[in-house]
Amino acid sequence: MTTLSEQILSRAAGRPLRAGDMAEVTPDHCFVPDDTIALLMHHLERAGVTRLPHPERLGVFYDHFAPAETVEHATAHAEGRRFLKRHGVSRLFEVGEGISHQICVEQGLVRPGELAFNADSHTTTLGAIGCFGTGLGATETAYVWATGRIWLRVPTTIRVVLEGALAPGVAAKDICLALLRLVGPAGATYRALEFQGGAVAALSVAQRMTLCNMAVELGAKAALVPPDSAWPRVSPDAVYEREIVLDLSALEPMAALPGRVAPIADFGAPEIHQAFLGTCTNGRIEDLREAAAILAGRRLAPGVRMLVTPASRAVQSAALREGVLATLLEAGCVLTPPGCGACAGLHMGLLGDGERCVSSGSRNAPGRMGSRAADILLASPATVAASAVAGRLTDPRLLMESPA
Amino acid sequence: MRVSGSALVLGDDINADLLYPARYMGITQPERQAAHALSGLGPEWPARLAGHAVLVAGENLGGGSAREEAVTALLGAGVRLVVARGFSRLFFRNCINNGLPALACAGLPALDSGTPVTADLAEGWIEAGGARLAVPALPPELLGIIQGGGLLARLRA
Ligand code: SF4
Repeated sequence: MTTLSEQILSRAAGRPLRAGDMAEVTPDHCFVPDDTIALLMHHLERAGVTRLPHPERLGVFYDHFAPAETVEHATAHAEGRRFLKRHGVSRLFEVGEGISHQICVEQGLVRPGELAFNADSHTTTLGAIGCFGTGLGATETAYVWATGRIWLRVPTTIRVVLEGALAPGVAAKDICLALLRLVGPAGATYRALEFQGGAVAALSVAQRMTLCNMAVELGAKAALVPPDSAWPRVSPDAVYEREIVLDLSALEPMAALPGRVAPIADFGAPEIHQAFLGTCTNGRIEDLREAAAILAGRRLAPGVRMLVTPASRAVQSAALREGVLATLLEAGCVLTPPGCGACAGLHMGLLGDGERCVSSGSRNAPGRMGSRAADILLASPATVAASAVAGRLTDPRLLMESPA
Repeated sequence: MRVSGSALVLGDDINADLLYPARYMGITQPERQAAHALSGLGPEWPARLAGHAVLVAGENLGGGSAREEAVTALLGAGVRLVVARGFSRLFFRNCINNGLPALACAGLPALDSGTPVTADLAEGWIEAGGARLAVPALPPELLGIIQGGGLLARLRA
């Protein structure tokens, strides 16, 4: 018997595969976000591709620069719309509909046991429902759009065993950061992660998405949570390269700067200027609720701005219905359209020289959100909200214990 | 297949955001992308890259984003070989599929920028700083993609 990755990739290749094998696979889906659509069209045109054999397997998401903030990006959107129409690709998710990975899971575009590619590294998120999702570059995406196939190496798997239960105020994001500290930014390169153990059953889809999303920050090719009631299934005699056991009850809220991941207390409460709640890592309704629970009846600290970017229109609607948005806005937050928002520094919410942002996203390279002379601290939604209230990086448990 | 040139040396964990910031995505010509190659490290880096046909890096080169401009901007700037102690999966795939030879060399010694580097992809060695190091040769499938000029060349064939 085999790992979840071996089971899924064997189906996609039409023959039994084991870790280390190189194979041509036929994916069930191949998506592309708007930041790569111009390059994809350019490649297809240059390669003389006039017909896409499987338009029903393709899909496009206008999420990174939506609404467009430059003429160049607006033109890429416009040319993309015409191109997709010409080629009969009907799955176009427009400006304001949300981030690709969120939409894929939320709208059931992908299913357990499927193989999905997307020209975006956080495609590992799809493993939350047992779909093997992984990123591709624009050239290989063009190749898949033109042929329906691509070469792939079957990864070895690291089994991550989660035990115990998270304490109040500790989130899935803190599990990710604890793993990042343990494994390092390249510790899972070329590997798949499989999340197992007694704690997994209690994790929501939202929490599973956060876990699988950040697997790529350890270098992973894919991350899979075994689906609750569907194929593929965990096999007792699958061969794993390595096992990591994590006791969730021992975790505490964490934060990360480039090259430094630690419990919040270790950072010495640095002042913050911007708080950002959103992204494919932590922009779901569950995340907005956690932030709202802390912000209810409170105000942002003077001099702090907090941006809230729902991961999708459905998240935004739920937040509106439940009164979560009202709580966030009354506390002083700025609501932006669903999508990637400030995450990749493409539009809205850039950081200036010397500023510090606490973000619920997954990446903090210098310059990612604007100035190279700004710091991005990664943390959970509750930590983002607590820090926005205090004006400094703050353990959310401090604000949970004392009622507003 | 043998490649050589003067090396520009980078450190560990140089990720895609540093190699090619997202705000320059959407430029399709590698020659134009080259103006922004390595610019995430600072505005002086695109000029520093000029004249170096070999990029040398430490662990985990190219982590993070799937953006292939991190690779094609290097090609546009004249880079013909990338050697690193380790590569992120997406950066490595983007190198191969765009026809840029990429060799992993776990025991790569510390080198100074400007050192001449030669590598043979099929035989599996790198020569730098007076020493010859054995490295895993590229599998024939991947060498075939590079020699053919990248993955998309197959569609034109
Ligand atoms: S939210 Fe951020 S990490 Fe996620 S797809 Fe968008 S830009 Fe990438």
